[in-house]
Amino acid sequence: MNAARHSYYEATARQRLAALLDAGSLHEFLGPAARVTSPHLPVLGLPVAFDDGVIVGRGRLEGQPVLAAAQEGGFLGGAVGEVHGAKITGLLERALEEKPQGVLLLLESGGVRLHEANAGLIAVSEILRALLALRAAGIPVVALIGGAYGCFGGMGIVACCCDAIVMSENGRLGLSGPEVIETVAGVEEFDSRDRALVWRTVGGKHRYLLGEAQRLVADDLAEFRAAARELLRAVRPLDLATLEAEQACLAERIARYGDCADAQDVWARLGVQQPERLPLLDEEEFLQTVAPAMVRNKP
Amino acid sequence: MRQWDTLAANRRARLARGQAMSSGKIVDPAMITALLEAVIEPGDRVCLEGDNQKQADFLARSLTRVDVTRVHDLHMVQSVLAMPEHLELFERGIARRLDFSFSGPQGARLARLVRAGGIEIGAIHTYLELFSRYFIDLTPRVSLIVASSADRAGNLYTGPNTEDTPAIVEATAFKNGIVIAQVNTLAESLPRVDIPGDWVDYVVVSPTPHIIEPLFTRDPAQISEIQVLMAMLVIRGIYAEYGVNRLNHGIGFDTAAIELLLPTYGERLGLKGKICRYWAMNPHPTIIPAIESGFVESIYSFGSELGMEAYTAARSDIFFTGPDGSLRSNRAFCQAAGHYACDLFIGSTLQVDLEGNSSTATLDRITGFGGAPNMGADARGRRHASGAWLKAGHEDAGASRMPRGRKLVVQMVETFRERMQPAFVERLDAWHLMEETGMALPPVMIYGDDVTHIVTEEGIANLLLCHDAEERAEAIRGVAGYTPVGLARNSRAVENLRDRGVIRRPEDLGIDVREAGRDLLAARTMKDLVHWSGGLYNPPRRFRNW
Amino acid sequence: MEHLEFDFPGRPMPVPARAQVIVGVVSSGNLEVLMEKVSLNGSCHVNVDTVITGFGRIWQAVLSDFFARHALSDVRISINDVGATPAVVGLRLVQALEDLQRGVS
Repeated sequence: MNAARHSYYEATARQRLAALLDAGSLHEFLGPAARVTSPHLPVLGLPVAFDDGVIVGRGRLEGQPVLAAAQEGGFLGGAVGEVHGAKITGLLERALEEKPQGVLLLLESGGVRLHEANAGLIAVSEILRALLALRAAGIPVVALIGGAYGCFGGMGIVACCCDAIVMSENGRLGLSGPEVIETVAGVEEFDSRDRALVWRTVGGKHRYLLGEAQRLVADDLAEFRAAARELLRAVRPLDLATLEAEQACLAERIARYGDCADAQDVWARLGVQQPERLPLLDEEEFLQTVAPAMVRNKP
Repeated sequence: MRQWDTLAANRRARLARGQAMSSGKIVDPAMITALLEAVIEPGDRVCLEGDNQKQADFLARSLTRVDVTRVHDLHMVQSVLAMPEHLELFERGIARRLDFSFSGPQGARLARLVRAGGIEIGAIHTYLELFSRYFIDLTPRVSLIVASSADRAGNLYTGPNTEDTPAIVEATAFKNGIVIAQVNTLAESLPRVDIPGDWVDYVVVSPTPHIIEPLFTRDPAQISEIQVLMAMLVIRGIYAEYGVNRLNHGIGFDTAAIELLLPTYGERLGLKGKICRYWAMNPHPTIIPAIESGFVESIYSFGSELGMEAYTAARSDIFFTGPDGSLRSNRAFCQAAGHYACDLFIGSTLQVDLEGNSSTATLDRITGFGGAPNMGADARGRRHASGAWLKAGHEDAGASRMPRGRKLVVQMVETFRERMQPAFVERLDAWHLMEETGMALPPVMIYGDDVTHIVTEEGIANLLLCHDAEERAEAIRGVAGYTPVGLARNSRAVENLRDRGVIRRPEDLGIDVREAGRDLLAARTMKDLVHWSGGLYNPPRRFRNW
Repeated sequence: MEHLEFDFPGRPMPVPARAQVIVGVVSSGNLEVLMEKVSLNGSCHVNVDTVITGFGRIWQAVLSDFFARHALSDVRISINDVGATPAVVGLRLVQALEDLQRGVS
């Protein structure tokens, strides 16, 4: 049943990057042998990773030059520390010089690495600044989200500032993590142990239906690659018109769905048939089922 | 002149006292504690149905509320201590003595209670032993049981989770005891009759459906590469080697990995139809791919598994189902089947010593045995032959001049557990537990002289081929890896054992450790299992992210 | 954290396809193994940084067995470990060696 599929979810960041780029085309910057590790973690008695949990480099995607970063969720939940963040920022600044076909960001992160406190916060804000500079220069940046740790916090914001997002149903995209929401708002408002609720709310399918993820793919490295290739052609200019359209879109979203208590209510209001079935469907059936509603509701 | 029908007369007296609290057999939930006070007498032997999966939770709670001046010093006999209320009975003086089999969730609290002198333990049994004693010297006077539904005549439908109920009721009802059942619903007619109404005295509808735990569900996402490697070793080095067609799988990620490797690794080795056709096991969701792939002919179960109801009903060629279509299980029969009609038992454990004795005892818990020892033992009463049984018997270097078969009893364990605790030790913690709690014997789960094979990530030790205790110890050291026990090996002796095939490493079986990855699993997530089942498997909420 | 260092005599090995490889992830129960071809006069060197202290003897034994089974020379192995069992350590070493010799597919 799983025969030909190679899972994006199960792969390490390194394996994902190798599969997404043309074979052997990756030239890594500041690879593990350089041993540019976190100066903060040893002070706390914590282990380091030789690449500080992120791989950055240059490669090719179907012959086209791209720059790419891949976060390793297994290391501290993919959280962004000083070195980790600087590598991503450096990659984005480099893209401004090299002007590749585009940039791929394989995101898997809880956000700021709290262990590194202000250094982590600054790192994320520098990523955002470099990303927006890249967008202003018209170089497409595509985010890919499909790992176990999801994409939250500051990196959630980063994802939404990209030209496009590809997600699988396993992937999660949000700002505050589910546990944080429960702590702040109470378990009646959001039970973080109710995994079905969490995935309904921040998972790939819902993000796709809301239009925040432009593609929903199967948990398959080849499908992520194909979607990335396709979306590198879909640059969204970062100009006033685009921003105003986005603002209008968000205002309409609140107007239409603001009183919905649950994602399933949103799907019903979108006009999806049998919304309660959506979570169980595989992505092919899911896309077929929601296609009419997506066409009707295109912003 | 001796009276010979005192039990019957006493039963009539209890029923007379209970009459005011019931309408026919039906008891109003508000009256249940009063009924218990009426029909139970001080010092009674009481079975409170605590099975592996289902619990008579409403009756347990109600029993904790009785007036202790009227109901006290009870002798509790039950399979499993699962609920806090089970121990509250002792803390409150309602019960004094306990005979049981397993206490997993309450193990730590039980240990504390024993140390504080608040409870007398008769003995810790295996399930089949306890059921057997219900018919000899531990017959319940009153049994508080749990079923799915009842009709007004007291007929009970226990459904897929029949479990221990028939054994309990048979012993109680036919020795003039009192049987009280809690049910989820009262119905005009039942899907089928699992317990005839003649055997049941009282029925109460509990305010909430009875507790039932999905104990045998394992999320494939948690299976590690090392567990995949060990599963490959077992399939190649034991199942294929001996041609094991009839077997029992215990609970755990190790056995789940084996089940999920059959349609991939097992298929690749050409083993379909040659191994793993008949099973004594609960309906593990991880067996679904092997069933769908055509490996499995039949499965008999001890109990059911939450979420598997629709799947088992739709696979009646495989599972045992009633004319109503739903599963029927029976722990007593399945234990016997696992013991006598299976050629192999396999399970994992926490500690192994140099004789091969294994134990799950840890210092601050009294957990008991469950059913593993019943099946994890040579079936010396067995007489019918099978290929695997004869081959193992032939290998038995310590056998007497009279040739016999041997049951394959396999213990599967990684050399190190969490936090680098060695699984192989010179002296089991079980000895300490015995000393601390005054047990008669160290609580050993599987005895070394019953074990035929030990499997670790380092390979397989075939204890059948060992000539004496010294060889056996060296063979165990040879698969004990880098634990202190393993590091103390005599390297030359271990190499010699390897040459003889007593120890077989992965490469000796043609297994490349680099191939041992999660890619080899037929299903890697709960959702994969649901897809394999054609949408029939409905995992409990805690296992789903949809 | 504990830092351990080991030296092993080398044995001639075929020319590897890559100069350096890394396998594994620095997550609980796991480790990353960086294997590099460096000039060490033929011998081999291992650095281990591990969260679990007091198991130097086992690291020594695991590494000795690895070097006894596989011919390596002028190789430096650097490890960041978060409590992996010897089984996992052995697996990663073998994975790293294969990637070094054959190149990552």
